Amino acid sequence: MSEHVHAPVETLALREQFNTAEQQKESVTFGMWIFLITEVMFFGGLFLAYTVYRSTYPVVFGVASTSLNAVIGALNTAVLLCSSFTMVLAVRSAQLGRRRALVLFLILTLLLGMAFLGVKAYEWNEKFVEHHVPGAGFHFEGAAEQGPAQLFFSLYFAMTGLHALHMVVGAGILCWLLYHAVRGRFTAEYMTPVDVAGLYWHFVDIIWIFLFPLLYLIDRHMR
Amino acid sequence: MTTAAIETQANYLNAGYGLKSWLLTKDHKRIAILYLILVTIFFSIGGIFAALIRVELLTPQGDLVSSETYNKLFTMHGIAMIFFFLIPAIPATLGNFVLPMMIGARDLAFPRINLLSWYLLVVGGGFALFAMLAGGVDTGWTFYTPYSTTYSNTWVIATALGIFVSGFSSILTGLNFIVTIHRMRAPGMTWFRMPLFVWAHYATSVIQVLGTPVVAVTIVLVFCERVFHIGIFDPALGGDPVLFQHMFWFYSHPAVYIMVLPAMGVVSEIISTFSRKPIFGYHFVAYSSMAIAVLGFLVWGHHLFVSTQSVYAGLVFSFLSYFVAVPSAVKVFNWTATLYKGSISFATPMLYAFGFIGLFTIGGLTGLFVASLGFDVHVTDTYFVVAHFHYVMVGGTIMAFLGGLHFWWPKITGRMYPENWAKLSAAIIFVGFNLTFFPQFILGYLGMPRRYHVYPEEFQVLHVLSTAGASILAFGYLFPMIYFMWSLWYGERAPANPWGATGLEWTVPSPPPIHNFDEVPVVTHEAYDYSTVVKEGVEVV
Amino acid sequence: MKLPLFPESASTFAPDVDHLLFYLVGVSVFFTVLIFVSIVYFAVRYRRRSDNELPKPIHASLALEIAWSVIPFGLTIVMFGWGANIFFRESRPPKNAMQVYVVAKQWMWKLQHMEGQREINELHIPVGRPVKLVMTSEDAIHSFFVPAFRTKQDVVPGRYSTTWFTATKPGKYHLFCAEYCGTKHSGMTGWIYAMEPQDYQAWLSGGRAFGSLAENGEKLFQDLACGNCHKADGSGRCPSLVGLFGRSVQLADGRFVSADEAYLRESILRPDAKIVAGYQPLMPTFQGQVSEEGVLELIEYIKSLAPPAAVAGTTPAEINVNPDRVTSSPSNP
Repeated sequence: MSEHVHAPVETLALREQFNTAEQQKESVTFGMWIFLITEVMFFGGLFLAYTVYRSTYPVVFGVASTSLNAVIGALNTAVLLCSSFTMVLAVRSAQLGRRRALVLFLILTLLLGMAFLGVKAYEWNEKFVEHHVPGAGFHFEGAAEQGPAQLFFSLYFAMTGLHALHMVVGAGILCWLLYHAVRGRFTAEYMTPVDVAGLYWHFVDIIWIFLFPLLYLIDRHMR
Repeated sequence: MTTAAIETQANYLNAGYGLKSWLLTKDHKRIAILYLILVTIFFSIGGIFAALIRVELLTPQGDLVSSETYNKLFTMHGIAMIFFFLIPAIPATLGNFVLPMMIGARDLAFPRINLLSWYLLVVGGGFALFAMLAGGVDTGWTFYTPYSTTYSNTWVIATALGIFVSGFSSILTGLNFIVTIHRMRAPGMTWFRMPLFVWAHYATSVIQVLGTPVVAVTIVLVFCERVFHIGIFDPALGGDPVLFQHMFWFYSHPAVYIMVLPAMGVVSEIISTFSRKPIFGYHFVAYSSMAIAVLGFLVWGHHLFVSTQSVYAGLVFSFLSYFVAVPSAVKVFNWTATLYKGSISFATPMLYAFGFIGLFTIGGLTGLFVASLGFDVHVTDTYFVVAHFHYVMVGGTIMAFLGGLHFWWPKITGRMYPENWAKLSAAIIFVGFNLTFFPQFILGYLGMPRRYHVYPEEFQVLHVLSTAGASILAFGYLFPMIYFMWSLWYGERAPANPWGATGLEWTVPSPPPIHNFDEVPVVTHEAYDYSTVVKEGVEVV
Repeated sequence: MKLPLFPESASTFAPDVDHLLFYLVGVSVFFTVLIFVSIVYFAVRYRRRSDNELPKPIHASLALEIAWSVIPFGLTIVMFGWGANIFFRESRPPKNAMQVYVVAKQWMWKLQHMEGQREINELHIPVGRPVKLVMTSEDAIHSFFVPAFRTKQDVVPGRYSTTWFTATKPGKYHLFCAEYCGTKHSGMTGWIYAMEPQDYQAWLSGGRAFGSLAENGEKLFQDLACGNCHKADGSGRCPSLVGLFGRSVQLADGRFVSADEAYLRESILRPDAKIVAGYQPLMPTFQGQVSEEGVLELIEYIKSLAPPAAVAGTTPAEINVNPDRVTSSPSNP
């Protein structure tokens, strides 16, 4: 194995099970895609439950959905889309070997992700104030049928909660990347971690793109 | 190479002796052994529960343990056996050990994730074990709502958490295998030169990756319903308890194939090796694994024929279920045809493979019974179903697991096991198994419901027969545990290729060196080309 | 000591299921013997005689592969069709079936006859007459299983499930709960008494301690003051219930639903789920105020409200009284 002898010692080097750097890169990227497929199936279970209950209780779901703040939701969607954009720029900077730009864009992505989580926390807090949190104290004034309304909010919390959990994990990954990026461990030849972290970040973004209309927008056209 | 040279050669076993060298290892072979220890522990735990269940059922009155205890026993038997033994048993032990070697790789694509998978199973198993010791759980391994979410007063949350965590172990193993098979094959190892064991694991991994996340999120919802009372499946809120069953079986039916596909892979290797012929219809056997993986996702509703699912859904699921039967039948016929004009050796692994084919045939054929709507209405939730899935999982998976363990034991440990003891215990297991589970078919058709602690006394004779069989079976399982341990110290030293088998794993010394191959092997032959290992062969007429 | 090997056969479905069993066993025995005999024969005939034998590889035969895919598949399709046929008949209770209501709870069966007889863990039925069960659960999922009749149906909380059978032989048969439901699951058993019709009549007239279901339902209807809004002549704030059962009802969102047991149950417990076209969602829920048995009595009372002659000519359009009173129509922008 002479091909990586010239690489700096602190580079996250070729692992011993691989024969070539290319094989390693392909494997890692492919592995991330497989992982994203498992994530699709994971969220798929929730989307299935949502579909079943929304078709059973279309009216209540519509009313409950309208009680969510679509403006804040849209704002948050914009924040998340921007974070995907900065993530793309980070990956591009890594490909070009621009260390300072990479660090900058990683920080921006992290800040935008944090902003999203902050807004989300504000929204959840609103739900607590309004007694829209499922459980003993639940009360939804918009519909006489409390049960299905509670189902909507159960799904709302389950779906946005799991999404937020993925954002937190994503933020952790960004911090790890940042740590190594600052130390200059990514080069134009070796930037696979940045690449696959980008895939993950975009995936979490796409989940939100589905959640936002399904939770916030389903009944807006009436009003 | 002299004997002395083999003894002193560096291999993965003598590479380090400390506890740390095992618990922090990234070597797929060592991780396989860690798994082997773990699943053996859970097999023993599940086996003890099974023994208690069988002893309780000797009398119809339910006089050994209370109903609460009995319900916990069958629940914990199911959980230990399914989630912590059957699912990881073959892929994580034998698959982990030989799959990279079979395709000529130095390790799996992600060795650290492989170790993480093992730790996840330890943590998940720890939660489940804690739940068992703290007082147990009584929902049945199926966790049907609303009983599991509302009415059970047992350790559902800890158990659910354990299964959730161990699910990720399974997902990561599947992911690792898929990437390894796609990207790590040695030069010349084309898709259709791969041993059928690898094909079977590829199909298994696809199911693990696609199915397990669904049960994971279902368990999260059950967890949330118990902890936060959010009520996704709660009928009092307008939720649908049958939706849980759909989501559960969407994974848990394919999970049956997670358990049995690797077993089929093992049997393909053994049948070929001990008849010294390539598997008849290699392509069909390979494709049938993939067909089972895909079709397995379309039949979950056959568990719900009497659940109030729509009649038409029942018709569709019944019809689709018969499609899965075809690839399974194709495998059985091809294995049988492989024997034709072969050179059949009756070594222990071959005996297990014969046992597998016989028992799996019965298990598979009775699967056709329960896929038939009008018939299933009568036998679902009875001992008929219990007998059917034990024929597939115990008669199928465990027979193949033991067969594979005997087959690769010389490679794994570098020692031979005592052949006569092994043959004896194979025979005992076969007899004990049939005596245990065949009476349960009759019990089921008579109408004996499953999960019954107290039962009408006309069923007693058949239950006594079943318990008698179970005690024979228990002895059969104890023998290998003892002589395998014995062989580690006193077994004969194993040569590199004791069976005259063809896989790449047999081209390296036993036990294999740390990185499997000193140089990357180049594959120039089809799978199962015995002219490469049998020198100066005598043509069989 | 008893050792039964075959269950009693006591319903019209039982022989059908048994015949299917014989076919399934026949096919299975054939294939099992075929595989076993082939393996044993090949293994002995081609046993290894010397260590360096090298048999000639035989790779595949497309004709064989097709044959052993298609022929078994054909045999299994018969299994499918045969089983589906039985299942389809099991899911279609005849119109003239005598109805019994079943409420399951941990860990007992409560059964009510139309005439008012209530039974616990016992059910008396006449031989030769179809019996339809309408079942629900108060807690976990249970399953109504009578092996001698070869019928089984899950009993699910929050909904009605139905099954039916016709007993053919007088006798005493096991009733089991087949879906695991908690601690005393195996104690949730009972007996079905199939009786000659005259014996059944005698049993029926034996102890009428309670009024008929419909009579009890009428009393409950009055106690709950349902009639204040549901006036018989349709002048109340809520729809008239006369002649409602079995009709098609138009809802506020334009859909039509059939007014069956499930619809009536839902309308009592969750009145806002389906609003009849032309009416306001005024009705409070009776969830928690009426037991499952009470709901069944109310349903039976509503069923008894059929007008003597006019039912036949009713069409869905007639029920849609006054479209101008539609207040919310979520499906139309």
